[in-house]
Amino acid sequence: MKTILKPLSYIGLALTVVPAFLVFYGVLSLADHKLLMLAGMLLWFVTAPFWILEKKVD
Amino acid sequence: MKDQRTLTEQLDSIDEYEREPVPENKTKNFRSFVSMMAGEHIAGTEFVIGPLFVLHGVSASAIMIGLLLGNILATLSWTLVCAPVAVKTRLTIYYQLEKICGYRLVSIYNAINGLQYTVLAASMIAVSATAIGLAFRLPMPGLTDLYPTSFAWIIAVLGIGAVITVVTIYGYDRVAAFSAVCAPWMPLVFLAAAVAVLPQLGVTSWGDFWAVANDKIWTGVPQPGQTHYTVWHVMFFAWLCNIAMHIGLADMSIYRYAKKPTYGIASAVGMFVGHGMAWLASGVLCALAIQQGNNNPSPGGIAYASAGLAGAACVVIAGWTTANPTLYRAGLAMKGIAPHLKRWKITFWVGIMATIMACFPGVASKLDQMLAFYALVAAPVGAIIIMDVYVLRRFGLMTNYAEQTGISFNWVAAGAWLIAVLISYVLYLMTNADFFFFMAAPGWIIGAILYVGLSKMFQKAPTPEVIA
Repeated sequence: MKTILKPLSYIGLALTVVPAFLVFYGVLSLADHKLLMLAGMLLWFVTAPFWILEKKVD
Repeated sequence: MKDQRTLTEQLDSIDEYEREPVPENKTKNFRSFVSMMAGEHIAGTEFVIGPLFVLHGVSASAIMIGLLLGNILATLSWTLVCAPVAVKTRLTIYYQLEKICGYRLVSIYNAINGLQYTVLAASMIAVSATAIGLAFRLPMPGLTDLYPTSFAWIIAVLGIGAVITVVTIYGYDRVAAFSAVCAPWMPLVFLAAAVAVLPQLGVTSWGDFWAVANDKIWTGVPQPGQTHYTVWHVMFFAWLCNIAMHIGLADMSIYRYAKKPTYGIASAVGMFVGHGMAWLASGVLCALAIQQGNNNPSPGGIAYASAGLAGAACVVIAGWTTANPTLYRAGLAMKGIAPHLKRWKITFWVGIMATIMACFPGVASKLDQMLAFYALVAAPVGAIIIMDVYVLRRFGLMTNYAEQTGISFNWVAAGAWLIAVLISYVLYLMTNADFFFFMAAPGWIIGAILYVGLSKMFQKAPTPEVIA
């Protein structure tokens, strides 16, 4: 389970920060960047607690 | 009814070692401190402080040099002052202080400290509620409002206050867990928000950044009605805005769980990301708002404009992760006054108090004045503990004087504390300093000298057992 969740969490983080650089380089609009950030946030908070908190318990 | 009893019993069983050293097997690893410090110092208020430097006309070179030096000094203060004494004693500041000052004197400190932490937590809740209001298009107060402006605002504050209080009641582990999940995501939101709006300020390649930073962001020219901040203002603010926590030793309550004193270096993450990158990023967002004609931007407003719902959520969550340990500390402070009460019950009432205060937006707009007062009160207290733990024995004096002699009010400590506060305030007036933080470090040094000097003058001769 953790092997699936962890990469998804990192994709969430990537969706949070990478679109901003695409806006900076003129590849993406600000509106799309906001939508992708929202998707990244949801992906992070849906997946990360499972493996981060599991690690803390260990 | 049965469930309620079970919950109460469960909460009663949470042992936070308020009046005993943290045992070795309960210490936390380095990673816990990194996430804790990152979560605590990447807060909703970073969206207030970054713009503050822009509005006060800090120049680009001043902000870069000031933040670098100030954050290094802050990290060293945690690493070389706070963490070593916390690991050596493994006690909360409140219990350590009670041993030195006696129950009655420490009760005064606890009451002041608990109230200040409660107000600080209230400001975090208020900042978070601002973002909630903006995201859901609810009417919300402006930065200059002091009183509740709508019913929707009060509902938003009550909701956030309730969540923060419940998380804090479950103790350090729950607080650390919440911070651990949020910590990697929050700084990326600050970074992304700033990078995405740079083209609107005229930065189209990284080579343009320094010129735009000087011309449009940190221009060196204050906004009308604002005083001018220099590199010294930035450096002293970055170093001493958390003076109560590092050289004031309030973070003994956190660092008593550290395996080693070197874990103090974990504060560097909070400093350079939260008080470095996040202040710079929010400064960029503020400069854009000013360029667009808004000279009085709100934290939620600049976050939402640059990062949408994720930005607004970041302000809310950043407020949560700061308010959690702040409420935790407030609960510990009040526990010092009423040791017979369970910590969770005290935290519950402190949380309710903070939430009610947060309904008044003035607690956020007056945050800088509160931090200055906090620095004034807390700095000499840290100095007294450091001198007691490391220096008094070298002069043949008793440590933990109140505990050893059975007194409930140590007049020597009270004198050192009060006189240090008064002298540093008089110095502030005499030197016509425009920034109280300039006087916080002298206040610490004066408190240390006074405590050793007064102890030498007024302590009774130590017994052979004490020297041994």
